[in-house]
Amino acid sequence: METLKEKARILDSDGIRRALTRIAHEIIERNKGTDNLVLIGIRRRGVPLARRLAEKIKEIEGSLVPVGVLDITLYRDDLSTLAHQPVVRQTEVNFPVKGKKVVLVDDVLYTGRTIRAALDAIMDLGRPYNIQLAALIDRGHRELPIRADYVGKNVPTSRRELVEVRLEETDGKDEVVIQEKT
Amino acid sequence: MFKRKDLLGLKDLTAAEIELLLDTAVPMKEIITRPIKKVPTLRGRTVVNLFYENSTRTRGSFELAAKYLSADSINISSSSSSVAKGESLYDTARTLQALRADVIILRHPMAGAPHLLAGAVPAAVINAGDGAHEHPSQALLDLFTVREHRGEISGLRVVIVGDILHSRVARSDIWGFTKLGAEVRVCGPPTLIPPGLEQAGIKVFHRMEEALVDADVIIMLRIQKERQQQGLFPSLREYARMYGLNRERLALARKDVLVMHPGPMNRGVEITADIAGGPRAVIEEQVTNGVAVRMALLYLLAGGGAGHENDH
Repeated sequence: METLKEKARILDSDGIRRALTRIAHEIIERNKGTDNLVLIGIRRRGVPLARRLAEKIKEIEGSLVPVGVLDITLYRDDLSTLAHQPVVRQTEVNFPVKGKKVVLVDDVLYTGRTIRAALDAIMDLGRPYNIQLAALIDRGHRELPIRADYVGKNVPTSRRELVEVRLEETDGKDEVVIQEKT
Repeated sequence: MFKRKDLLGLKDLTAAEIELLLDTAVPMKEIITRPIKKVPTLRGRTVVNLFYENSTRTRGSFELAAKYLSADSINISSSSSSVAKGESLYDTARTLQALRADVIILRHPMAGAPHLLAGAVPAAVINAGDGAHEHPSQALLDLFTVREHRGEISGLRVVIVGDILHSRVARSDIWGFTKLGAEVRVCGPPTLIPPGLEQAGIKVFHRMEEALVDADVIIMLRIQKERQQQGLFPSLREYARMYGLNRERLALARKDVLVMHPGPMNRGVEITADIAGGPRAVIEEQVTNGVAVRMALLYLLAGGGAGHENDH
């Protein structure tokens, strides 16, 4: 059986906080404020990250940005190759996306396939003005022509490695670690 | 993880498997409330509705469920197919397999027909009603509807009224609701109640006035008129007087009681029109939820290796 060995801690809780603060500023700057701005977190860890970004944007600009939750399971491109179906959870986007500037939020950007699925999922909800992408970690190895607009930290990795983002809300503590398959 | 090839009845399922099916139906319901009711999940999959009995709701909702998930679906009914020329169920099934069906949804007047089919083909088989045996997708939508209103099934008092003996809906509901921890009561004339239910922990009543006290859920079954010719009850009018749900009887149940009916209804017989259209009835919601539940079933059964013997 494959085991995982923890190799390096690339962000601690202060590091995550500072990265999110910077991304929040960048989002506001790029969009010239928060008009028509919405955040959509990709399950699972994109959701708490989107909520934290909304919190920071509120601290900076004083305005509330709606946060939605996206489950991309039904849009995955590997469903027919899996032996058993993954659990589907609910998409909760309780606002129209039509004409909105949508910032997709995820924890790790890797092959880009999750983002491809998320783009299709959002398009099925309506026609946004544009879609931007924020990722806490970009670890490279893209398999599709997708890039992030906002990145917390670029981390060169090998494919044997795993990048694990742990968050207070889902894992009890804030940190990002690299693990290696041994 | 749902690891079954087929869904033949709720009797075989664990409470955890039923919960997974219901949990999966929640996101599916969100999809059917969208302006564009379509996700690409089952693209390239083929779903066959094979119906040897008439059906509006079940067949229609399985077909919509398949379409909303982007599967290709065809309907084959016995009257318009080679079944009318005497083709056996087995040969029809092999033919569908040769057409590379991934899921076969079967309704058949004989109990056990889906089991036979499931053993004969690699496709996933979903029982859409077999004789007086089971109708699992109906029970799942009943459970889903109740759970949506009450949060939990456990501890609820569920009363099923009518022809329990011949009802596949009643059988599947009894399995489903008891597995999830509800108290199940049945009520009907002694000629229409199968023996042995008490041993399974079901409370049997012959008077509505006793059965309905403090009920959380009332499931009214359709009375089939042909049962009268078999001498199982004297007349429809008398049946309605003894076992029809009316305002006075409804008042015996809890204030927030849910009134359900699998349809098609005989208004004025087992249920009065004012109750069927009244504030406690969730009969149309059941139909909508039926699509969500069947999407969940198709997703969990048609995905992965279903229908493809060579997949790992």
